[in-house]
Amino acid sequence: MSLSCIILGIGLFVITQSATRGFEQFFIKTILGSDGAARVEDKRQATIQSISAGGYGSPFEIQIQDRKYIEGIDYPEQLKRSVMTFPNVTAVSEILHGSNVTIRSSFKDDTVQIFGINIDDHLRVSDLGSQIVQGTLDQFRTAPDGAMLGRVMADRLHLDVGDAFQLDVSGQSRTYRLSAIYETGIEDIDKVRLFLKMEQARSLLKKPTGASYLQLSLVDVTRAQSDAMWMEGVLDHRVRGWQDRQKEWLGVFRALAISTAITVTVFTLIAALAMFNTLAMIVLEKTKDIAILRSMGYTREDISRIFLWQAVIVLALGSLGGCILGALGTFAVSRVPLQISTLFKTNTFIVSWSVSYYIEAVLISVVMVMIASLVPSRRAARLEPGDIIRGTAQ
Amino acid sequence: MSTQLGEVVLSCKGLHRYLGQDEGRVHVLKGVSFEARRGQVYAIVGPSGCGKSTLLYLLGLLDKPDQGEISIDGKLMSNDEDSSRTLARGEHIGFVFQFHFLMLEFTALENVMMPMRKLGRLSQTQMVSRATQLLESVGLGQKTHRLGTQLSGGEQQRVAVARALANQPSIILADEPTGNLDVTNSGIVFDLLTRLAKENGQAVVLVTHNPEIAARCDVRRPMRDGLFVE
Repeated sequence: MSLSCIILGIGLFVITQSATRGFEQFFIKTILGSDGAARVEDKRQATIQSISAGGYGSPFEIQIQDRKYIEGIDYPEQLKRSVMTFPNVTAVSEILHGSNVTIRSSFKDDTVQIFGINIDDHLRVSDLGSQIVQGTLDQFRTAPDGAMLGRVMADRLHLDVGDAFQLDVSGQSRTYRLSAIYETGIEDIDKVRLFLKMEQARSLLKKPTGASYLQLSLVDVTRAQSDAMWMEGVLDHRVRGWQDRQKEWLGVFRALAISTAITVTVFTLIAALAMFNTLAMIVLEKTKDIAILRSMGYTREDISRIFLWQAVIVLALGSLGGCILGALGTFAVSRVPLQISTLFKTNTFIVSWSVSYYIEAVLISVVMVMIASLVPSRRAARLEPGDIIRGTAQ
Repeated sequence: MSTQLGEVVLSCKGLHRYLGQDEGRVHVLKGVSFEARRGQVYAIVGPSGCGKSTLLYLLGLLDKPDQGEISIDGKLMSNDEDSSRTLARGEHIGFVFQFHFLMLEFTALENVMMPMRKLGRLSQTQMVSRATQLLESVGLGQKTHRLGTQLSGGEQQRVAVARALANQPSIILADEPTGNLDVTNSGIVFDLLTRLAKENGQAVVLVTHNPEIAARCDVRRPMRDGLFVE
């Protein structure tokens, strides 16, 4: 019973961790692949506000230091060079953003957001290259009027690669040709973002200089928040890490992880309780054997050790079985069909394969089982051989 | 240590033992004194509840007396620490119980090797060799690798005799060793026990209800109400 409980406990721990973290990690990967690990955004400017301390007409004033943000980046090249000096930064892409642009196809009109990019820079800070589902990046590079549109919007407008469409901005209308269709899996991106070459975007949006923001890729993405604070202080621009931008969804995943942890703890406790019960039963059943061993010269410590070894053997077998069950279960879960295409795109249940889940599960079981084994093993050691034999003889 | 026949290896003096608590407390042994010599077989006989087994467990250091002294090979052991009493059991005493008390999950060979394993005086090869030899001497040379569950009651008791002799103890204590066996097996086990003990110069103290077995012992000590009566 205790063996099966340990196998189940470890197996379920691994499966639940793999399933929960799978979605979280896939979400993070999708976000990082689309929006980068961090963004350098608006320029920060210090302001001083004066308040009359003694009422109207009073000569006494309190000055409060504050700050305000001025939209966009004035000197992106200069800022890019500064950003690249930070050790955790691997690449920077300058982006010019324009919102509420009308897009017209022969089928219908809609609204998109323009993202002017230098394609080679942008490929270093995103997974755009691997997100192309139709057309090629070369077509985008070589066509002077090339554009890349998300799958959702392309479907809405009935546009295919090679089709022409119009963009209307501030009363002017320009024609572009669809070079590629991408799909990030995030509906909010795939239905609004239209990528143009930087020079095309500057001309269309009438912004010959500056940028809306810089998108960064980092070596260690977990340090995005601390790096953002550091950069903000040095660069005098607002810098936001991916954790800050996605804190709502990350909060949801955290709540899910806590819920999983509670479930798993219950399973592990049941396994420990089963181990305790089993060993307590074994001690009761094996009192005769304890008496024999004690009569042969085995010490109390030897007896205690035997029962602890028994727990170790059950634990070892349980851990092995649990890890196998966990791996097989995780594999089975990964094959479960599941259509998601709003937060990210997937056709099956997403799992995360990590040795750490197996190590965590085994370590928790070791602690629980050894604690549960101590009481019965100590009870076994305390038994008096004379009492046992007298009891058996009766 | 000398191993001359006739030498006293086990003695007790004025042993008192109470069992139970409060109103249920019973004075089981009332000042028992006893001596066992090498090469001799002693039978302690008497009605149920007279204190035979209680005395045997005290002599085997499995229990502590409320009063009195127990010496093993001349060394006073009755009030020693549990650790030294446990060590003495492993070195000097071999037990045979009525209900065989084999570890049924282990083979006959492994059961016989258990006391040797604890004492740690022999290598693995030497232990296997000695255990095989002992099992051959009790007529189980062909069944050394059988599990306890695959042996008959008589065979299990013979394994228990071999196990009791494993560490060449100076004292063999047997509590109704034939009590659970038929007449034929009782005779086989008793003969084995006495023959091997005499060959090795060991003192055998056995508790029995069987008058035929008792009559074949060198010394017969009847007990009644917690005292030897002869």
